[in-house]
Amino acid sequence: MRLTALLPVRSCLLLVVVSVCVQQVHGVWPLPQQLHQSADRGCLSPQRFSFTYGRDSAAQTGCSVLDAAFKRYFSIIFPDFTKGSGLLMCENQSNRLSVKTGGCDGYPDEDSDESYNLSVSEGQAVLRSVTVWGALRGLESFSQLVYQDDYGSYFINKTEIVDFPRFAFRGLLLDTSRHYLPLHAILKTLDAMAYSKFNVFHWHIVDDPSFPYQSRTFPDLSNKGAFHPFTHIYTQSDVMRVIEHARMRGIRVVPEFDSPGHTQSWGKGQPGLLTPCYKGGVPSGSFGPVDPTIDTTYKFMESLLKEVKFVFPDSYVHLGGDEVSFACWQSNPNVRKFMEKMGFGKDFTKLESFYMESIMNMTAALNRTSIVWQDVFDYHERIPQDTVLEIWKGEKYQAELSRMTQAGHRVLLSAPWYINHISYGQDWRNSYAVQPQNFSGTEEQKKLVIGGEVAMWGEYVDATNLTPRLWPRACAAAERLWSNEEKTLNADLAFPRLEEFRCELLRRGIQAEPLFVGHCKHEYDGL
Amino acid sequence: MAMYCLLKLAPLFLAVAVCNGWLFGDFVGKQKEQDEISLWPLPQKFQSSAVAFKLSPASFQIVHAKQSSAGPSCGLLENAFRRYFEYIFGDLKKPEKSRKKVYDSDLVELQVWVTSADPKCDDFPSLQTDESYELSIDEPSAVLKAANVWGALRGLETFSQLVYEDYYGVNNINKTDISDFPRFAHRGILLDSSRHFLPLKVILANLEAMAMNKFNVFHWHIVDDQSFPYMSRTFPELSQKGAYHPFTHVYTPSDVKMVIEFARMRGIRVIPEFDTPGHTESWGNGQLDLLTPCYSGSSPSGTFGPVNPILNSSYDFMTQFFKEISTVFPDAYIHLGGDEVDFRCWESNPDIQKFMAQQGFGTDYSKLESFYIQRLLDIVAATKKGYMVWQEVFDNGVKLKDDTVVEVWMGNKMEEELQNVTRAGFTTILSAPWYLDYISYGQDWQHYYKVEPLSFPGTDAQKKLVIGGEACLWGEYVDATNLTPRLWPRASAVAERLWSDKSVTDVGNAYNRLVQHRCRMVKRGIPAEPLFVGHCRQEYKGL
Repeated sequence: MRLTALLPVRSCLLLVVVSVCVQQVHGVWPLPQQLHQSADRGCLSPQRFSFTYGRDSAAQTGCSVLDAAFKRYFSIIFPDFTKGSGLLMCENQSNRLSVKTGGCDGYPDEDSDESYNLSVSEGQAVLRSVTVWGALRGLESFSQLVYQDDYGSYFINKTEIVDFPRFAFRGLLLDTSRHYLPLHAILKTLDAMAYSKFNVFHWHIVDDPSFPYQSRTFPDLSNKGAFHPFTHIYTQSDVMRVIEHARMRGIRVVPEFDSPGHTQSWGKGQPGLLTPCYKGGVPSGSFGPVDPTIDTTYKFMESLLKEVKFVFPDSYVHLGGDEVSFACWQSNPNVRKFMEKMGFGKDFTKLESFYMESIMNMTAALNRTSIVWQDVFDYHERIPQDTVLEIWKGEKYQAELSRMTQAGHRVLLSAPWYINHISYGQDWRNSYAVQPQNFSGTEEQKKLVIGGEVAMWGEYVDATNLTPRLWPRACAAAERLWSNEEKTLNADLAFPRLEEFRCELLRRGIQAEPLFVGHCKHEYDGL
Repeated sequence: MAMYCLLKLAPLFLAVAVCNGWLFGDFVGKQKEQDEISLWPLPQKFQSSAVAFKLSPASFQIVHAKQSSAGPSCGLLENAFRRYFEYIFGDLKKPEKSRKKVYDSDLVELQVWVTSADPKCDDFPSLQTDESYELSIDEPSAVLKAANVWGALRGLETFSQLVYEDYYGVNNINKTDISDFPRFAHRGILLDSSRHFLPLKVILANLEAMAMNKFNVFHWHIVDDQSFPYMSRTFPELSQKGAYHPFTHVYTPSDVKMVIEFARMRGIRVIPEFDTPGHTESWGNGQLDLLTPCYSGSSPSGTFGPVNPILNSSYDFMTQFFKEISTVFPDAYIHLGGDEVDFRCWESNPDIQKFMAQQGFGTDYSKLESFYIQRLLDIVAATKKGYMVWQEVFDNGVKLKDDTVVEVWMGNKMEEELQNVTRAGFTTILSAPWYLDYISYGQDWQHYYKVEPLSFPGTDAQKKLVIGGEACLWGEYVDATNLTPRLWPRASAVAERLWSDKSVTDVGNAYNRLVQHRCRMVKRGIPAEPLFVGHCRQEYKGL
């Protein structure tokens, strides 16, 4: 632990030296736990640079995740590389990579060890990690350390990094129901997520406005519930592609099938699923939440969840459970009769709980962990202990964190990171100032906060504006979720690094919007 | 009047659509109805009937009418014909002969008839340009009548908006009569290429989008404190030292020429703004001694303030510089800025203090500002150009030429300002309520839409002096990555306010049309962001 103690002082001093000598910030975003950079730099020659597996590495050539990552990061590091370019003769630089365990064909999960050590010295760099997922994080950091001078030569400074994430769950939510997001928009977002070390894609795939998921069991759901049955859907192979693209980047895909509310679009392709609303003793023709009083509902949900388990490899599934309006249930005589039979009185939250409990149990029986929105906890104490609760309501989220962790639940925080809400100016600073463990509770309670999520709800967002609205604003939460909070609380210190990082995103083809006035060497050249 | 306003016809359209659906065995009336009411901005007079004609890419053509004063030599119209043909039929490859007989085209041509002797094919549009047109769509030919090419361009846009696809993908257009003209002559968009450099491609794409919304002025806020991307022939060091990068972040003379020509082809004026004496930090990098040295105590602090108004060299520079500008930019107006001058630097400088005393200005630095502006205006007037200025110049009592256009940008007391400016007899344009760089969550386009520019108290003569408005997208937080979706379709709200009749104020009706209009822009390659939940048949394909 000697190194840890020394680091804060040394890194401060060295950052100054670096910025004076090289006049360039080449930080890493999100900031590594321990970063020790020296002013000594070595050059990298694209012709002679190579990635190799260390002899002691459990992963070797043939490791799908890392072979692909080498290829990807080579062109990220040397974007203008063409054969024969590069005037400077550099020493043979190789990036030796050593991974303790294999698991190249697996999926990342909640227990994945993402830690890595990176040591860059003259002529070679060594990256050590326990898993391939840690190796991916290390490659990302390595790629951010490389920079070009005015003559186009590539350099990297002598650097030592010891790094690991603060939170295991660092998610980003996209909403493909309110607007359909073409596959390429999702894939691009996954690329950018990997650059910021996000590791969970929370796919809010269906909701009231549309049902773009093409179900193998219930094809009518998208046939009738999507904006268009052919052009505005995700086929099974689309979904597989998203999952594989994410896996290659160490990103989990957690799908959300939100019920019993937010299900208008489900009703079109699944007659009898939604509660018929009544007006003056007769059905009004409109429908409310899923009908929790009939067996067919639970049979349907079970089949659907079985399919979800089959299609999505992650051990988590998001079951929603938010914002259920009781007006329709109240109007329906059958529902009222059911309430009476169950002894729920007039308390419709009991009916909601009854439904949620059933599908949470269903999910548990399928060997999957449920995530639900905070509403389920707020209305209902009896929640299976391993259920993960997600906080989304902005007001008093600290108190909610206390209550939930007191009850022993694992918690995800997304309330302060609803970045679909936009305002004039540098609102990333608000995201950055969030302290997820700053609530009253014991150390044990704090440990129950497993991470957080940036949410980009789709009311006003589609492929035309998604990317610049997400990036670099989401990067603020990425650093909060990965880095040491004490070292990253000052937004003014973060600003130049984030500016640099957003230019790097542009160079990598991510349409990240500016933080303030200024320019990038490589501007965005799309439209 | 035999014509009707579209608004009153809206319920009728529903009936028409359903009826059509029945007649043609097409039961998807909803889509048709939406398409039929997607005109944006809404024409002044509009009458449509249920009779629909089909358009085939194989046989339909846009042609010069026999009587037209414009012919094949009119490159501006020829290009517009091609552009609108592509908008209507998509990026269709050459029509296949074999498909020609698949269905008969009811509408075989659109005849474009330019009525005045001089079609103005090679001219530039101006503040006085007549943009009115009449459009009559009937079998077998549609006729678009306009005094000159500028009106014809507006009419072509309207024609293209009238075409809708039925459920079988066939293009249809209903029997329609339109008589249209703009409510205001100056309908502008301001883009700021100083706070962030905007690649040429972005500027051109937004000129395209402007034409789709019948905007006719590109107010190019080309330089400012942060950078000087305009490459001057007379003073090349201005961009060499004042741009973010002397090669990659500049507008060369040919870039500027291209912007002007691209705009001209779409009936859009390009008014450059060279804002002085404030907002000039970047000028100082390439033009030594132009800016006022600020003092800290009794010695220069090394920083600089506004243009130094007490040196003759400043005026010599401006004379040469604006001589160049007046030849590079063909428009009759140049925007001279004149806003937000910070007096602290002037106050700190002993030479300025001495000058103030000599001139008897006391400590009123606005008098010094006026002194500078007055001389600048005379310099620019000598180039035979008119000028536009931000409202401060008027507020400070500078003597202005009669044809000066005063731009009102301050949100507080906007009506009072309009009243004052017009009472003094000056023409004015309004941008205060339309600062589109200010973003917020939700449908803020409705706020822009609800603005009534003539709601201030004043005589009819005063109201006539309000010649239009501008939607401004300042560049603090905007560059190529987010400019286009941030501007469209929010600026479209301003477009309709400035073009359509005062009575066109129904937000619900506007919403329905604007949803369609934004999908149309997306289809034409403009990444216009969504208004709310929903979808377009063709989503944005870029990224």
